[in-house]
Amino acid sequence: MMKKLFLLVITGTMILQAAAVFGAERPSPDKIIEMANDASYYQGQDGRADVKMTITDKAGGVRIREFTILRKNTGQKDQKFYVYFKEPADVRKMAYLVWKHVGKEDSRWLWLPALNLKKRIAPGDKRTSFVGSDFFYEDVSGRGVNEDTHELLKSDDTWYLIKNVPKDPDSVEFVYYHVWINKTTFLPEKAEYYDKNGNLYRRVEAKKIMKIQGYPTVVESIASDLVAGTRTINRFDNVRYDIGLKDRIFTERFLRRPPREVTQ
Amino acid sequence: MSGSRFFTALLFIFLLVPSTRANAGEEQGSFLDRTGIDIHGFLDLRGGSRIREDDYQRDTSLLESRLQLDMSRAGDSFTLQVRADFIYDDVQEDTDLDLEEGTGYLDLREANLLFSPLDLIDVKIGRQILTWGTGDLLFLNDLFPKDWQSFFIGRDEEYLKAPSDALLISLFPDFANIDLVYMPRFDADRFISGERISYYHTTLGRLAGRDAIIDPLTPNDWLDDDEISLRISKNIKGYELAFYGYHGFWKSPIGMDLIQQKAFFPNLNVYGASLRGSLIKGLFHLEASYYDSKDDTSGDNPYIPNSEIRILAGYEQELAKEFSAAVQYYLESMRHYETYQATLPPSVHPKDEERHLFTVRLTKLALNQNLTLSLFCFYSPSDQDAYFRPTVKYKISDSLMITLGGNIFTGDADYTFFGQFEKNSNIYAGIRYSF
Repeated sequence: MMKKLFLLVITGTMILQAAAVFGAERPSPDKIIEMANDASYYQGQDGRADVKMTITDKAGGVRIREFTILRKNTGQKDQKFYVYFKEPADVRKMAYLVWKHVGKEDSRWLWLPALNLKKRIAPGDKRTSFVGSDFFYEDVSGRGVNEDTHELLKSDDTWYLIKNVPKDPDSVEFVYYHVWINKTTFLPEKAEYYDKNGNLYRRVEAKKIMKIQGYPTVVESIASDLVAGTRTINRFDNVRYDIGLKDRIFTERFLRRPPREVTQ
Repeated sequence: MSGSRFFTALLFIFLLVPSTRANAGEEQGSFLDRTGIDIHGFLDLRGGSRIREDDYQRDTSLLESRLQLDMSRAGDSFTLQVRADFIYDDVQEDTDLDLEEGTGYLDLREANLLFSPLDLIDVKIGRQILTWGTGDLLFLNDLFPKDWQSFFIGRDEEYLKAPSDALLISLFPDFANIDLVYMPRFDADRFISGERISYYHTTLGRLAGRDAIIDPLTPNDWLDDDEISLRISKNIKGYELAFYGYHGFWKSPIGMDLIQQKAFFPNLNVYGASLRGSLIKGLFHLEASYYDSKDDTSGDNPYIPNSEIRILAGYEQELAKEFSAAVQYYLESMRHYETYQATLPPSVHPKDEERHLFTVRLTKLALNQNLTLSLFCFYSPSDQDAYFRPTVKYKISDSLMITLGGNIFTGDADYTFFGQFEKNSNIYAGIRYSF
């Protein structure tokens, strides 16, 4: 009963928000980015996906990463992630646990099954490659909306085009980036990153979007490193939302004993 | 029970127990798929050579091929896990199969059953690898068996941990996590015996190797010669606090039985605590322990180690993109040094009261994280000795990896911890195919 009521309230709020969007009042760039962030990383109370990454280098060599990812929203904008690796064979059964804290460093652990060891990982540059792919850690878990200033460059029937400039330029490799946000779904569908010479060097695109349990969801995305000539295709399968993940899954107990949600 | 019979018996258990995967309608595929067994592993070939002349050893320090098979089967309420290495080792002289010492053609790494009899309890029974504590290649409260021989000759770092035959009970009440490990029979370290690594022989007063292989008196009575390890841990706002206890034996045979003229494993209790969390832009860890040498509580027996306090402090930080550094300081301090000095036979070189040790680990990833360059250094200002572990790993493809590395020891004296291994300094190369 409470759940239904809750859903009703949420739906109501969303309709009101949508009304505000389509009404006379156009949302501020900050608001658009915040809604895009919610649409990309916070759908539902929790979720799961099987991810297949195909990394292609300049010479055409291919490497594959397969993992299952669990995500749970834990209040405000904090989240917990559980990533369970399946391929390649040398990282099989390794697990990566993140407690994301907005506004301060995340807590991260790596589970090494051969040693039965939970290894704490020092905070790292979030704009570093995730498992050797062209996606960054930040692409996987989200970039803080307050880390950039946002300017609306263009608004047509389909898109908001927003320019984002980092508040701390030394902390990132880009000088600015453009992001195209779909006006209906609020999903960012393309982001292009520019260096200090004004050259475009990196692109992240949503290639396929599906509605899953009512939530518009990116099920295929591509990140391209235009300088190195490498690219990574991400495919998301078996996406489910609101599966009732318990908080305790995101603890050492379930690193040692991977939960059914990731092994099956 | 012989190792191979034990292994065969386990395979049978695997085949008999129903699996959820087998029931999930995946009827196609190989026989193994149909039985629900998931087999993975690797084939690892590696060889290494001493870089200094050692009168007591072969020049070849490592020459082996190793097939690891990892089989697991998850049921509704349990997980069965078997991980075994089949080895051809050209250097090892003792080729009798011994699952405790890890000699012979089979090294059984894991063979265990994990289940939850109650909501807040996990139980893992059987052969398993156990690890805890906060140190990086330094162990204070982790008294689970180590394989120093593998570590020093250039096997993969995971082989530093030797398996335990144990019952692990984990409890998860709200206030803390409690892990209790019972080992019904003592699991010694796979210690430096002289067989492959030369060492300083205190009685002979010189380096020794294959001419003086240590054959200790090992406590091996089931239930009488048992070990207990306990950890109580809690995560408080991202800070991981833990308390530890251990009841058992010194893990290497560092006692001397004068009547039988043999090395032995004296009794030992250990109590300790650790804390780990973030600090500035990195991570810190602190750990301390008290080694209570039960057979020599007053410290007046020079043939049994003194009680000790051990302290560790470490910090780790990413210095640049894909480049991180970690430093540690470690102290071993003897409790009854004056008594030790007074009772020590004049022929034996006295240890220092305090052993200070610093470690540095540098790690650099490159080429889309397919290349890992790493250097780990131990340096002791009190012993005036050091140990360097450089490694280069390159992933040629998702399944193929090559490794180059070295174990370089240096020291002013033959009798210090790393100094005694100077002539065992080696370089090695390996290739691993994972499937």
